[in-house]
Amino acid sequence: MTLAPERPTSTVVAEPQRPQGGTLVEQFELGLDAPICLTWELTYACNLECAHCLSSSGRRDPRELSTDQAKAVIDELQRMQVFYVNIGGGEPTIRPDFWELVQYAVDHQVGVKFSTNGVRLDAERAAFLAGPACNGYVDVQISLDGATAEVNDYVRGPGSFDTAIRALENLRAAGFTDAKISVVCTRQNIGQLDEFQALADTYGATLRLTRLRPSGRGADVWDELHPLPEQQRELYDWLMARAAAGVDVLTGDSFFHLAAYGEALPGLNLCGAGRVVCLIDPIGDVYACPFAIHDEFLAGNLLDEGGFAKVWRESELFTELRSPQTGGACASCAFFDSCRGGCMAAKFFTGLPLDGPDPECVQGYGEQALQSLGAGRTVPAASQDHSKANPTRNQPVMLKLMSRPPASACDESPLAGFAPTATSAATTTGCSSTGCCS
Amino acid sequence: MLNEAWTLSPAVALRPEPFGALAYHFGNRKLTFLKRPELVTVVRALGDSPDVRTALETAGVPEAHHAAYVDALAGLARTDMIRKRDTDSTEGAAA
Repeated sequence: MTLAPERPTSTVVAEPQRPQGGTLVEQFELGLDAPICLTWELTYACNLECAHCLSSSGRRDPRELSTDQAKAVIDELQRMQVFYVNIGGGEPTIRPDFWELVQYAVDHQVGVKFSTNGVRLDAERAAFLAGPACNGYVDVQISLDGATAEVNDYVRGPGSFDTAIRALENLRAAGFTDAKISVVCTRQNIGQLDEFQALADTYGATLRLTRLRPSGRGADVWDELHPLPEQQRELYDWLMARAAAGVDVLTGDSFFHLAAYGEALPGLNLCGAGRVVCLIDPIGDVYACPFAIHDEFLAGNLLDEGGFAKVWRESELFTELRSPQTGGACASCAFFDSCRGGCMAAKFFTGLPLDGPDPECVQGYGEQALQSLGAGRTVPAASQDHSKANPTRNQPVMLKLMSRPPASACDESPLAGFAPTATSAATTTGCSSTGCCS
Repeated sequence: MLNEAWTLSPAVALRPEPFGALAYHFGNRKLTFLKRPELVTVVRALGDSPDVRTALETAGVPEAHHAAYVDALAGLARTDMIRKRDTDSTEGAAA
């Protein structure tokens, strides 16, 4: 009972001629039959309240997929031959059925790589992950955004460093090999790259560095946290040196905007949004990429008829993302072929046009674009926010050390300016009446 | 290699794609792209062919291209996407 018109042959309907050959990147830009890299945020609930959370997580969405619905998604991924999913959140392990879903996925040829802050990775769970039930199909990424508690807890909240280290210790003790330490690179931690590597070596782990995106709550702190231009260079040089030394550092291909420094970093250097990657959120909404949870990049919901396959293959948004892009203002840049205009989400959430430069363009065009918009720059309003309504004790307190001397002497101490001498001791106050407290 | 018997590794799944196929190894988790539909046919034919040459012929690869295909297959062998097949009367399995 099909409504398709009769056709003389059995060829696929209306498939525009797809060029054969060419580079892999050119093929990827036209899209694939199923994603290579799919992120699935299982829940928006989280025990932490990281300042830069790209999914604005905190509270569980009451419409979250049920266990059965989640299993049906895994069945479909198996049919589509999506060989592994990156599971995240929120904190995925606080879903009561998390371990059951991991087991179900592994049993259905869908490998799992999950990101966690480590809160539930006790000795027992570590043993499960290292054991035969997971058959080596499960990868664990522990999030750590500072190589020291001071730097990490500044953005991830008090105690979160210790939680992550405890999880790494449990994994090592259980014999789980090659865990990943996943670091979002910030202005505060770029100087710790060697220390991160040392931590990874200590726990037999692989380091994974990714880019800070101005997505979710990240939009609120991006100006303060995103690496400075010279730090981007430092990061690029460090990554290149690692690659030259044959040390495997994962990046999730997230630094392709740095390719415009010259030689491309290892990996695909392209924006895979809607072409080779996408994101499934806790309620089954499908977005173009993990860093673009916004109505503007919503392709559909997998609970609708046709499921995930239909959204992936036929949604208007994804079709558009796979059509040839013009490159806009960037097309005339000598480095366009290297960086392809950078990250769509980074542009969108900083209020830059999608066919313009990346805000962190290493040639400086992004900064120029931001400056030229000046006060007229409007950052898109968040289309959803799962942050906790009231802060809890886990909320990071991003207090800054004072970098300027106090404006006046009495700002600092009630005894400021008081120079005890034999005669004046204990009789004068420190506060002079002039220039004080201005 | 042309006269040897090979097969797709049992840990590998092939996913058809418009440009050819995507090969995923569940053991070492390597992902490889087979960029020509002919190469996909060759790889699929390996297990049922007495040797690599026969698989190439089955897939209709002209002899002039055999060397290039052998190079590609050697690359796939390095990540265990395909592996040498034990046949009844091989003269020892050279790695």
